[in-house]
Amino acid sequence: MLDKDAPKILEVKNLKQYFNVGRKDEVRAVDDITFNVHEGETFGLVGESGSGKTTTGRAISHLYEPTGGEIIFEGKDVSKLKTKKDEKEFRSDIQTIFQDPYASLNPRMKVKDIIAEGIDINHLAKDKADRDAQVEELLETVGLNKEHANRYPHEFSGGQRQRIGIARALAVKPKFIIADEPISALDVSIQAQVVNLLKDLQKKRKLTYLFIAHDLSMVKYISDRIGVMHYGRMLEIADADELYAHPLHDYTRSLLSAVPVPDPEFERQREIVDYDASVESDGKQRKLVEIAPNHYVRAADDEIQMYKDRLNS
Amino acid sequence: MENKENILEVRNLSINFKTYAGTVQAIRDISFDLKKGETLAIVGESGSGKSVTTRSIMGLNAANADVVDGSIEFDGQDILKLDEKELSKLRGSKIAEIFQDPMTSLDPTMKIGRQVAEPLMIHQGLSKEKAMAKALEMLKLVGITNAEERINDYPYQFSGGMRQRIVIAIALVNYPEILIADEPTTALDVTIQAKILELMKELQTKINTSIIFITHDLGVVAGMADRVAVMYAGKIVEYGTVDEIFYNPKHPYTWGLLGSMPTLDTDEDVLPSIPGTPPDLLEPPVGDAFAARNKYALKIDTIEQPPFFKVSDTHYAATWLLDDRAPKVTPPADIVKRQEHFKNTKQG
Repeated sequence: MLDKDAPKILEVKNLKQYFNVGRKDEVRAVDDITFNVHEGETFGLVGESGSGKTTTGRAISHLYEPTGGEIIFEGKDVSKLKTKKDEKEFRSDIQTIFQDPYASLNPRMKVKDIIAEGIDINHLAKDKADRDAQVEELLETVGLNKEHANRYPHEFSGGQRQRIGIARALAVKPKFIIADEPISALDVSIQAQVVNLLKDLQKKRKLTYLFIAHDLSMVKYISDRIGVMHYGRMLEIADADELYAHPLHDYTRSLLSAVPVPDPEFERQREIVDYDASVESDGKQRKLVEIAPNHYVRAADDEIQMYKDRLNS
Repeated sequence: MENKENILEVRNLSINFKTYAGTVQAIRDISFDLKKGETLAIVGESGSGKSVTTRSIMGLNAANADVVDGSIEFDGQDILKLDEKELSKLRGSKIAEIFQDPMTSLDPTMKIGRQVAEPLMIHQGLSKEKAMAKALEMLKLVGITNAEERINDYPYQFSGGMRQRIVIAIALVNYPEILIADEPTTALDVTIQAKILELMKELQTKINTSIIFITHDLGVVAGMADRVAVMYAGKIVEYGTVDEIFYNPKHPYTWGLLGSMPTLDTDEDVLPSIPGTPPDLLEPPVGDAFAARNKYALKIDTIEQPPFFKVSDTHYAATWLLDDRAPKVTPPADIVKRQEHFKNTKQG
C-alpha cells in the first residue's frame, strides 16, 4: 500500500510542545521530535499514556502554537499560514477522529447537522437539497443509511457513533486524517468493522492517516510505518513489519514483550523485558539515527554500533 | 485440575432489569462452576451480561434488578437468598472484587494504609495496630516500594498502576476464597498491565484463591485463564479450558471474536469482523441470539435456542452446528490455522 516514493505530505521537524513554559511545573509533552508522513500511507504513533502522542496529533492540527520546530503540511508551515483562506483550507485538509464517540458528538444536534457542520462553515453546499444529498452520501459511505440523518447521537451504539464521527471528518474532503485512538472505546467485534472501514476509505479517497493508539497489534495491522514515543521523545521509527521483527530500542522491546497475544501457548512462554527509563537521562546527546534503510533509532554516537550489531544478531 | 472441587455453583440464573423502556433480560439462564484455585475468564462484549453476573455474586446489583430464577451456591448457601447483613459479611472477606478503574475505586480522602487495614478491622476484628501492621505487609507483597513511608500517603500520590496494586492489596488482605476481577487492567498501559497480571498470578498461588476474570481482551484471557466462558446476549454460548477455546473453538461467535482481533502476524487485507451489532435485550430474538450476525446460521437458529453440545468433558458449545444433522462447515481460515497449529505443537 505504501508507495516509498510518494511525496511527503507532512514533515514534523524538531517539534517541541511545552506547557507552563518557564514555570516550576513546566511539562515537555513533546520534546524535539522529527518525522515525515508520505502521501497515502498510514503512520502509526504508539506509546503509553503521557508519551506525547496525542499532543503531537493536536500540534499537527494546529490546536497549539509549537514551542519550537516546524510542522510543514504540503510544503507550508502551519504556524505561518498568512491568510484566513489558507487557514480555512488547512483546517479542512486535516481532520480528526476522536477516541470517545460518546463525548465527541453534540447530543443536542441531529446527525445530519453534526455531519454538515463543516459543509456549512466552508460553504460546500449549493442549497439545502445539495446539503442533504451530501449528508446522505456520507452516511452511506460509512455504512449507515439516510434514515439515520434525522436522529440524535443517543440513538446510536458506540460503533455507529464512531461511523458518524468518520462521516463528519470526511464531509470537508480532507487529505489527512488524525485518528486518535479511534477504536479503543469500542467492542472487539466492532473494532474490526471500523478498522476495515478506515482502510477501505483510505483506498477509495487516497487518504493519509496518522493513527494514534496504544493497542500494538491493531497498530501493526493498520500501519505502514510506526513511530514509538516515550516521555515526549521519538525513540524508534521503522516499517511496521520491521519494527515488530527487529525492535532495536530497549523501550520498543519492552513494549512489544508486554502485548497480550490471544494464544495460550505463546502466553505461557512470554518473557517480559523490563525497561529502565533512567538510561535516557544519562546526559548523552541522542538523536534519531538511520541504522538500516528506513529504520531509525534514537541513539548516542557510541550506541550506533551496538544497534547495528543488534540488527544483525 | 479436572477433579478440583467446586467452590461456587451458578445454576440457571436469569436476571431482568426493569427500565422505563421495558424489561431488559440481561442474564438469560446461565450456569457455571468455579473450581478451587482456578481462574475462570468470562469474555464477551459490552451488554453481554458479564458484569451483571459477577455483581449478582457480590450481591451488588442495582435496585431494579429482578432475579427471575436460579441460584448461586457458595459455602453451602444460596447467595441470592442472603440479606444485606449476611452479604456484607461475605463481601471483602470471602469474596472480594477489583474494579476496572483504579482512579475511582479508592477513597481519595483516606490514607492508603488505612484503606488496606479497614477490611481486617471490620471482618477479623483486629485492633488498629495489628491491622496496620498487616496492611504494611500486604502493601509490600503487592510491590509498593518504600511501603513503610508510603502507607501514610493518599491515593492521588500514586500512579495508575500503583493504585491498582493498592486495590489488589485491599481485595486480598482477608485472603478471600473468590476474587472477582472486572477488567482490572483495561485502564492501564500495556507494560503496567503485564506487571499487574503477573502479580495477580503470583498472589493467586500464594493464597490459593479462585479468580473470576472479566475482560474483553482475548490476549489477557490467553495469559490468565484456566477455563473460559464466552457470553453473548445474556447467555453463555461456549465454555472450555483455555486451550479448547483458543485452539478448538466451536461456536461461530467465538470464531468471530478470535478473528476480529489481529495478532502480531495477521496480514490479511480485510480483518474478519462480525457484522451488525448485538441484539436488543428488551426483546431478545427467538432462537440463537447470534443468528442475525452469523453467516453460518441454520434455519433452526431462528426458531429454537440451541442446547449445549458436548465437545469434550470440559468443553461445551451452544450451537446447532454441532448437531449430527447439521451440515459440516469449515471455520474461517484463521480458526483452521489455530486448530492446525495446535495439533502440530501437541505432536511436536
